Amino acid sequence: MTKFLPLSQAVADNLNNGDTVAFEGFTHLIPTAAAHEAIRQGFKDLTLVRMTPDLIYDQMIGMGMARKAVFSYAGNPGVGLLRRLRDAVENGFPHALEIEEHSHAAMANAYEAGAAGLPCAIFRGYRGAELAQVNPNIKSVTCPFTGEVLAAVPSVRPDVTFIHAQKANKKGDVLVEGIIGIQKEAALAAKRAVVTVEEVVDNFDDLHPNLTVLPNWSVTAISVVPGGAHPSYAHGYYIRDNASYLEWDEIAADRDRFREWMQENVIEKSADDFAARVEHLRNVA
Amino acid sequence: MSELGFTPNEMMTIAASRALKGDDVCFVGIGAPSAACNVARLTHAPDITLIYESGTIGTAPDVLPLSIGDGELCDTAVTTVSVPEMFRYWLQGGRISIGFLGAAQLDKFGNINTTVIGDYAHPKTRLPGGGGAPEIATSSKEIYITMAQTKRGMVEKIDFYTSFGHGEGGDHRQRLGIDTKGPTLLITDLAIWKPDPETKEFTVVSLHPGVTRDKVQETCGWTVKFADTLEETPAPTELELNTLRDLKARTDAAHKGEAVGAKRGSKDG
Repeated sequence: MTKFLPLSQAVADNLNNGDTVAFEGFTHLIPTAAAHEAIRQGFKDLTLVRMTPDLIYDQMIGMGMARKAVFSYAGNPGVGLLRRLRDAVENGFPHALEIEEHSHAAMANAYEAGAAGLPCAIFRGYRGAELAQVNPNIKSVTCPFTGEVLAAVPSVRPDVTFIHAQKANKKGDVLVEGIIGIQKEAALAAKRAVVTVEEVVDNFDDLHPNLTVLPNWSVTAISVVPGGAHPSYAHGYYIRDNASYLEWDEIAADRDRFREWMQENVIEKSADDFAARVEHLRNVA
Repeated sequence: MSELGFTPNEMMTIAASRALKGDDVCFVGIGAPSAACNVARLTHAPDITLIYESGTIGTAPDVLPLSIGDGELCDTAVTTVSVPEMFRYWLQGGRISIGFLGAAQLDKFGNINTTVIGDYAHPKTRLPGGGGAPEIATSSKEIYITMAQTKRGMVEKIDFYTSFGHGEGGDHRQRLGIDTKGPTLLITDLAIWKPDPETKEFTVVSLHPGVTRDKVQETCGWTVKFADTLEETPAPTELELNTLRDLKARTDAAHKGEAVGAKRGSKDG
């Protein structure tokens, strides 16, 4: 059975130095508040797993929290490159970063295999792709029935996954709707799943029966953080803050400006500050 | 704007849109492909199925999305599925007729690099990487590529094979067991290119209005081959131009309305 906890406690209870952790969200519902809490608590030596690392991994890498990144698209969606990640890969700043790079299809299959309790994912992929030569975790298997050679990658089994969702009910069941991405698979693939939500409602009685729901017993902890996906969006609540994504490109381009921004907007702030950040994005949602 | 009344980029988008048909199921890359696909939908191909890798199937956005996961893609879609389902059932399952990609670096055989400039382990520039493209390039029935020509972008040898086109040319795809057609069309801001039936090298088959052979060669890093009979791409019609400009104006207005400063172009996400 899940527990409703303040975000600071949910993060402290479920994340450890050296963990393999996924903060998932495919453009939509990115768990920024949870990532910022992890930054404030100053974890080290993390293996960060995510299909599209995005701003929050740029921030965690820039703060020196990551030993390794596992990803399939290291970009700032809609804008361009991730400059802190680039600085780590190209210049070893603030320290060297090990990378394990995949395609989206591979990562999606690897999460699904993790959720399904399998050791690896098998799919038709990486044909002619050079990643297969630089990533030793991309191998192949031969279909025992047809002889077709297929790609194989290890499943993703994070120690803990953090996701953001629209709502929980009072029992702790979780609803995700809109672009549902990879969150259900990422939560079920992990040993522990922590969910931040926009709000808690009494029940889900009036909802369509097939809307994505994680039953309360599949979720370790829930924290209520309105606006917790900003600058990404929560379908039905607020829209994507594209200006923040564009601004990030400039902030992250400079090491000093990055540290100052992190100090002012993350270190000296708390989860309670997120609600105000989406106020101007709500009326158009 | 040239004296022709349209820009090379407008010509590129419109020429690309014409290649799409109403019964196509198109996996759309962000940026130039996204604009072309939506112009097709708003002009001659209203029934085209547009799919973005965020899981939105049959989407019909009123404005162009800034990222592949904008909320409007979901709001206007026939259905929205999870990312594993998108890549497994719909792409790997062979249900995509056209994969429409952009490229940071492209070679004459349609191989695409979006991963690194320089050595992989010690890159000069670390680019975002492949995202969905490596499997889009091999699981879609065929691939269209669109990009503006530059010598840095169109090169003799790409630094990294992110997404496989025709490899070293000829029957390289078949030799790797890839049974899809691969790149069949390249639309740039200057010309339309198709692969040679034997060598698979991209060959210019049509020059856009006002474009010379020299101009195509000056902005391309390999020695360009031209078809024996070169056509001229028909200039954009009034309907095509108005549709594209209205779409861009709506997009700019929407992005300004929701985000002051959001005025730069899109890139893959």
